[in-house]
Amino acid sequence: MQRFFERLLTMDRRIIFVVIFLALSVPIFLQIKIDIQVTSEVQILYDALNELSRGSRILVSCDYDPGSEPELQPMAESGFRYFIENDLKFIIIGLWPQGPLQANKALEMISEVNEGFVVEDGDTLYFGHDLIVVGPDTIRYGIDFINLGYQVGQELVIQRMGSSFGAAFPNDSWYGRPIGEFSIMDGLNKLSDFDFIYNLSAGYPGTYEWVQFAVDRFHVPVGAGNTAVQAPLVYPYLDTGQLSGLLGGMKGGAEFEKLVGYKGRATLSMVSQTAAHIFVILFIVIGNIAYFATRGKQSKRGL
Amino acid sequence: MELSGEIGFWIAAFFTIGIASFLYKDNPFYKFCEAVFVGISAGYWFVSLYFQNMLPKLFDGLGITYMFGLWDEKGAIQDVLAGQWNINILHILALVLGIMMLMRLIPSIGWISRWPLSVIVGSTAGLWMVTYFQSNFLSQLRQTVIPLFDMNKIHGLAEVGTNLAAQGKLIPFDIYFGAYLGNIVLIVGTLTGLIYFYFSKEHKGALGGAAKVGIYFLMITFGASFGYTVMSRMSLLIGRLYFLFGDWLGLVR
Amino acid sequence: MGDLADTFSDWYSIISAFAIWLGALNLMKISIEKVSKKQKDWFFAIATIVSFLLIVIVGFFFSGGRQFLDLGTRFDWLYRYIYSPLSATMFALLAFFVASASYRAFRARNAQATVLLLAAFIVMVGRTPFGDWMSSMLFLPEGWRISNLTNVIMNYLNVAGQRAIMIGIALGIVSTSLRIILGIERSYLGGE
Repeated sequence: MQRFFERLLTMDRRIIFVVIFLALSVPIFLQIKIDIQVTSEVQILYDALNELSRGSRILVSCDYDPGSEPELQPMAESGFRYFIENDLKFIIIGLWPQGPLQANKALEMISEVNEGFVVEDGDTLYFGHDLIVVGPDTIRYGIDFINLGYQVGQELVIQRMGSSFGAAFPNDSWYGRPIGEFSIMDGLNKLSDFDFIYNLSAGYPGTYEWVQFAVDRFHVPVGAGNTAVQAPLVYPYLDTGQLSGLLGGMKGGAEFEKLVGYKGRATLSMVSQTAAHIFVILFIVIGNIAYFATRGKQSKRGL
Repeated sequence: MELSGEIGFWIAAFFTIGIASFLYKDNPFYKFCEAVFVGISAGYWFVSLYFQNMLPKLFDGLGITYMFGLWDEKGAIQDVLAGQWNINILHILALVLGIMMLMRLIPSIGWISRWPLSVIVGSTAGLWMVTYFQSNFLSQLRQTVIPLFDMNKIHGLAEVGTNLAAQGKLIPFDIYFGAYLGNIVLIVGTLTGLIYFYFSKEHKGALGGAAKVGIYFLMITFGASFGYTVMSRMSLLIGRLYFLFGDWLGLVR
Repeated sequence: MGDLADTFSDWYSIISAFAIWLGALNLMKISIEKVSKKQKDWFFAIATIVSFLLIVIVGFFFSGGRQFLDLGTRFDWLYRYIYSPLSATMFALLAFFVASASYRAFRARNAQATVLLLAAFIVMVGRTPFGDWMSSMLFLPEGWRISNLTNVIMNYLNVAGQRAIMIGIALGIVSTSLRIILGIERSYLGGE
């Protein structure tokens, strides 16, 4: 028995890799439907968005890269769907250079029409590009949504937006034109002109900086989606009310999808997530059993 | 099974499997993919910063692009030459400092980059001193100086209980905890946690006892962080598996 | 004073851009040196240089200039099918290593480590539907299940500990910032 536990302790780690791979892969094929309970922090964010009147303007800050895509992309997709369905205009920016491109991917993903075009006021508008269609709603670039791209400077960009939004983000990123040429930006001269900030954050700069500047200095409510690594760190902001809701990790994304009524990747991935957690716990338990079972023998050897 | 027809998905799958091959052992395939990743990342930032930061703020703002007919709006140089003050003219100094930063590439004159570096460090120090004090110290401290019992929550339990009883449900455990013990836990946990980090006095007697309690609160915090970290890392792998089985091989929707 | 603060913010942004350019150009300098001196793994340095030049040339000259971030540009293609999978997979590997490290190193050696482990278990189980399912199998009523215990840990115990850490870090940052402003701390200049 002792030898068995000793061999367990020195097992090739590649066996663990294979087990984890199988544990996460098999549920993907099973596509089991499960019920997801919504936590209070996600409900707070959803309620905060519900309180916004139609036509409100939301600043969406995509502060993440492809490394955090599985956790934050579902939040972007369900967030955009919610904004479109509830006639909320959204302005996309990024404090990470990859963020605006991730937002582009999310818009492409949710758009139900990706080809064809319309001629309006002499402009040729393309579905899936200038026009995003979600259900019965069609929104237009520059009027209902816009992507202003990335700016380097971390929290100083937020500070700069506080005094002059145009100085922080002079041009849009799809056409490279000054933001004053787009009607969605009318009246948005500084950060406090926004009604809400929806921040998706994977690290620095991110939610911390948005709370420190946008909330505490310029008094704009901020709701955040964070990776699961960062989420526990921002709970104190939730407790003080500095944060108006928090989506934590893929589970938070799945809860938000449930509230929005959109069955996205986060919901589909919950079974795999569950299996992963169970196996990690099993590994820890087995490792500890093997350790304690062999510890007596090691102490007899004087180790 | 519907294999993806797009060459992009095949290239993406190639690089995904290349990086994942490291799990077996370090190999030239992985090293190649890693080298490509490093080069592409650097290039991505390079292009992104030029078009989104330097071009609009510096070259458009100063009017250099207007001078060469590459932009249709005048900049600070044109305004100042026309006798009109434009504060963006000061960006010439930022351009000089930026070029000084690049001097670090030449070892013999690399010391010049200390000047722009000092501007960055000084700005950050000044900014962080105020914001961290306000948001992470004062606001958090304010939420620690709270009554031991939240009487609003305790009195509200009756209403919550009535509403839930009508649906045949009990008041959740976390609501009870929040009402009766929530504030005490927050106060005791924060104070003992802070006492643990106070190393100017030896942890003996009452201080030592409080620090020991603080350690347990911190252990729970780290345990929660570990649990969430596992959740996060597993999510990232699930995403990649969906790409391989779904987008590339077409085995799942 | 407000105008001056805004100007310094803009300077910070511009100088930061040059700092990142410095990093990219330094990477190229080191890679070129590696190739020219035929140092260890010089072949892979060629891959670094080629991939850097590929995305820079495509981004500057073949992606519509200022519209380089538009949907469907060649730059966007390189981002989606080369940069994105490389970045995502690098981080996805961590899942395997966290499982392996947990198995080999996570030991309940003393009371404190055991508390940490138990908190981790409760959070991991409680934040998945499995936790509530398991609780219902044990005939625990709704509202008194493991997910509710997880909520208590996250909203009260975790907040208390994180708050202590946050306050401590804030005090540390204030003192370090003061030292930098007063010139006592000069390590960022290098060699002092």
